[in-house]
Amino acid sequence: MENIILELRNLKKYFPTPHGVLHAVDDISLSINRGQTLGLVGESGCGKSTIGRTILRLIEPTSGEIYFEGQNITDIPKSQFKSMRKHMQFIFQDPYSSINPRLTVSQSIAEPLIVNKLASSKSELNELVLHYMEMVGLDSRLASAYPHELDGGRRQRIGIARALSVEPKFIICDEPVSALDVSIQAQILNLVQDLQEQLNLTYIFVTHNLSVVKHISNEIAVMYLGQLVEKCQAEELFERPMHPYTRALLSAILLPSPKSRNKKREILRGEITSPINPTPGCRFAKRCNYATAACVGESYELRDMGGDHMTSCIRVISGELKWD
Amino acid sequence: MSEILLEIKDLEVQYLTMDATIRAVNGLSLILNRGETLGVVGETGAGKTTLALSIMQLLPKKIGRIVGGCIEFAGQSLLNASAKAMRSVRGDEIAMIFQDPMTSLNPVMTIGDQIAEMIELHSTDKNKKEISVKVDELLEVVGIPATRKAEYPHQFSGGMRQRVVIAIALACNPTLLIADEPTTALDVTIQAQVLEMMEDLKTRLNTSMLLITHDLGVVAAMCDSVAVMYAGRIIEYGTVEQIFDSPRHPYTIGLLNAIPNLENKSHRLIPIEGLMPNPALLPIGCSFHPRCKKCMEICRRQNPINFDDAGHRVACHLYFSNTEDT
Repeated sequence: MENIILELRNLKKYFPTPHGVLHAVDDISLSINRGQTLGLVGESGCGKSTIGRTILRLIEPTSGEIYFEGQNITDIPKSQFKSMRKHMQFIFQDPYSSINPRLTVSQSIAEPLIVNKLASSKSELNELVLHYMEMVGLDSRLASAYPHELDGGRRQRIGIARALSVEPKFIICDEPVSALDVSIQAQILNLVQDLQEQLNLTYIFVTHNLSVVKHISNEIAVMYLGQLVEKCQAEELFERPMHPYTRALLSAILLPSPKSRNKKREILRGEITSPINPTPGCRFAKRCNYATAACVGESYELRDMGGDHMTSCIRVISGELKWD
Repeated sequence: MSEILLEIKDLEVQYLTMDATIRAVNGLSLILNRGETLGVVGETGAGKTTLALSIMQLLPKKIGRIVGGCIEFAGQSLLNASAKAMRSVRGDEIAMIFQDPMTSLNPVMTIGDQIAEMIELHSTDKNKKEISVKVDELLEVVGIPATRKAEYPHQFSGGMRQRVVIAIALACNPTLLIADEPTTALDVTIQAQVLEMMEDLKTRLNTSMLLITHDLGVVAAMCDSVAVMYAGRIIEYGTVEQIFDSPRHPYTIGLLNAIPNLENKSHRLIPIEGLMPNPALLPIGCSFHPRCKKCMEICRRQNPINFDDAGHRVACHLYFSNTEDT
């Protein structure tokens, strides 16, 4: 389809460790339409950041293919891949460590423009830097300020300006607001949404915060230990969650309202299991309150339950497990 | 009336640095009743942690000092207490859970020994065997199998480490537990586990709790009353229902508006414009006035006092309709 900007086919990333093979991303297939936002949710260690990094080939995939605008970008030699990165950018989680502390705001934003030879003269470069500063809401008087003089929200704006400066079509936002206070978080989320409308950007928005992901995404994919367990439209996920893990995640959200206190919470047993040498079968089974013998031993794939609502829970697929 | 356990009046704390005096806490007053859980909410730099450290008398020496006000715990002033008396208050009477379990545990000591250390220091009458039994008990209480007590912190996950920290805090049955962002470093499903356990322990042991957090969801789920902090002051105080259902201070209203709401999807969030003031250069008048949409003339001149309505207190000129003319 023409409208698909990015497609992952059976993407895998394994890391060798002294104790065995760590399955960080295990057989993930998904696609994103132009101008849309895909939210990628999961807990620490589920591989959501690894997916982002693998798409930009900051780390090389173990197997599988990545298609960007219909072109397989998995086997483009590294030397030529640099030109692809103009179209695909990254906004990092921590605005404190992802920006060079020894460069001023304008130098930081100019860097990608210089590297990609996007300005023909010094005056054009200055103009472009000011243009992007304005776009992300940084006052021009801050051009010669250093990152340590700025708060987290402004630093994150520098990161966003750097990503935008090469005019990308697609941006991976890796927890861009989780290091920020709520009042600043709202400013950045609004900015990210406004920029999407103005520039017709496509986002993968990686986060562990479910309220944020619902707010910003068109579609949400839920990950558990390197695999997708559920994927559907954002609204649908909150209205009709299917996978027991998704349901537990949603039930663990604490709403800022005292009324929600009486809500029955589903508490998961145990902790996330090791992604090293996982045994076949549902990886969530050990913590699942609904697991049966059928959940272990065989691996299951995402199945469309109608209306593009995909889940991997075998008991839901077989109709054994129904929610009211 | 319920019994007052902790009372803080007009507390002022400053940090002296080479080039400025940082006014971290500015005339803060609060009351915590026995058996109650009080949530202290605020953003980075509001002075929440400074408040906790002041109660514990753990402010960094030389740099941090309490310049005014008083802190009374169970009727006794903590500010006049000797270092020796404070040592027995800490742990025995007031215990603290810190934000980051990765850094608050000793990496080269087994978790069993770290819990035992606490008991040894505070109940000197216990022999080795009794201590060991108590350690097993505590681990049981926080949901860690006692067989793991000879393991080191790195062998545990984040959630488990926070359970160890909680076990240490509970070792001497403190009357007051100060929890400084206890679940901020944890994943949501683990946060749910830890909060459920804390809630359960609190009712079982009848501990009072001061829960410091920036997460309004945690406050709504755990607390009886809430104090909202801004620039070193409490700007609004009330029961959870009062604060969440009818917030009054423009800052509290702003905070609640800035969170993405799961229930109704609005396209845009309403952020609070501007930034927290620099605590070395606090604005004159109400410290929120530069960011406040309802700022009046008087807000620039005069720091508001509390407007009290059935225990719902708000420090804002908006609620003193007459003062506007003066």
